Amino acid sequence: MDLSTAEKLVIIGGGQAAAQACASLRLFGFEGEITLIGEEPALPYQRPPLSKAYMKGEMTEERLYFKPQDWYNTQKIQTVLSTRVGKIDRSAQVVETEDGRSFDYDALIISTGSRPRALPLPGADLGNVFDLRDLSDVEHIRPLMVTGKRLVIVGAGYIGLEAAAVARQLGLEVTVLEMADRVLARVTSPVMSAFFEHEHVAQGVHIRTGAQLASLQGDGQVQAAILSDGTEIAADIVLVGIGILPNVELASEAGIACSNGILVDRDARTNDARVFAAGDCARRPLVHYGRQGRLESVHNAIEQGKLAAAAIMGKPRPNEDCPWFWSDQYDLKLQIAGLSEDYDEIAVRGDPEERKFAAFYLRGGKLIAVDAINSAPEFIVAKKLIITGASVAPETLSDTSISMKEIAATAA
Amino acid sequence: MTKVTYVAHDGTEKVIDANNGESVMEAAIKNSVPGIDADCGGACACATCHVYVADAFMDKVGTPEDMEQSMLDFAENVQANSRLSCQITVSDELEGLVVTTPESQH
Repeated sequence: MDLSTAEKLVIIGGGQAAAQACASLRLFGFEGEITLIGEEPALPYQRPPLSKAYMKGEMTEERLYFKPQDWYNTQKIQTVLSTRVGKIDRSAQVVETEDGRSFDYDALIISTGSRPRALPLPGADLGNVFDLRDLSDVEHIRPLMVTGKRLVIVGAGYIGLEAAAVARQLGLEVTVLEMADRVLARVTSPVMSAFFEHEHVAQGVHIRTGAQLASLQGDGQVQAAILSDGTEIAADIVLVGIGILPNVELASEAGIACSNGILVDRDARTNDARVFAAGDCARRPLVHYGRQGRLESVHNAIEQGKLAAAAIMGKPRPNEDCPWFWSDQYDLKLQIAGLSEDYDEIAVRGDPEERKFAAFYLRGGKLIAVDAINSAPEFIVAKKLIITGASVAPETLSDTSISMKEIAATAA
Repeated sequence: MTKVTYVAHDGTEKVIDANNGESVMEAAIKNSVPGIDADCGGACACATCHVYVADAFMDKVGTPEDMEQSMLDFAENVQANSRLSCQITVSDELEGLVVTTPESQH
């Protein structure tokens, strides 16, 4: 369906995918009205610094915004903030907000993002128990993050560990509780888990793996985390980082196909030709892996925002990159390319003790992912090799006498 | 405020009044200068804010740190005057800075 001359385009959601779609649509010459409807009071902003530099107080709020308000004005993009959408009526092509306003559309982009998984335990609603997703979460947490306060983090994923690093640097006493037997269990290999656990312990973080949290206790405000073995851990603040759930309800109630995410094709189009979905909420083809998946990342939000804009404008499909991610903890930069989850072989290059090394993941001899610590060449070369579907011998990857440039040049 | 000129691959120039303290990348993004993607938002994680710095400013912008240097080593179309613009902070010293963007950041 040609939507390039659509008069009205509505974007539900005000995150990175939405901001990218706005920018790309105008760049590709879209001249119709664009209305962005966001739940948060803020203009679209970068989320990654919320658990990194911004949480640490090293970055002003203004620097989080992708674009200033002026930009939206000059680009003739109407921003409707602090507004929740209640319903998408596909037959009438109308988006209805909870406060009773209606917005007609010829084309619709759903970029509703995701929400933190709630802690299903007694005491989760006590004061000073937080998620970390929105700017407003950081506004609440940051004043409490002062030297000597006791912070308990539930969940040793990237968000939890990044927050642990910031909190230690601010002088808090930090305990991380993780149900699995290692940190980052859901997202990386045992070798990386061991490395990060070692780093955090060396920085003074108390890490408890295999910990079953039973409840949070307190009188109005949280005072302790109670484990199922009866252990009590005193807490002034609890931060819950146990994963996110895609916000698919609006789409699903409107009859758009969903299955752990809003189902989209390579152009970010749903089963309704006028409706697109982009970012955390979308489940997309992963062309380098021959399957579908939902990616919770900056790369994905940007790429799908561009894909949707290009499809709407009838432009050639932009490049579909290999998924990539990063995490900053202390002075460590982790760069991840690819998806490692079903690897059958691993090759470690460099020495974790030097805090500069990489773990390459292979499946059937093909490189599928890398976790690179302070190792940009490994990250960049692996990303290229994953895209080309290259096979590289694990002993070659772990041989530091062969440079990454040579590996890139000889890989088949 | 410091004047920074961004020259596109096709020679088109755009002059911006950048705020001191922000990066050359941020000033570009906020002012919709084409040719700089900056996917990671300035974390030195993606190498999509690559620019060529005019010779006269090479000394003033300083030298890249290790992480930036190794990202640059593997970026496309790198030259001796290549930098990641997220790692250059705007200051009075850089008044009149001229940077050129490459044909593509990917």
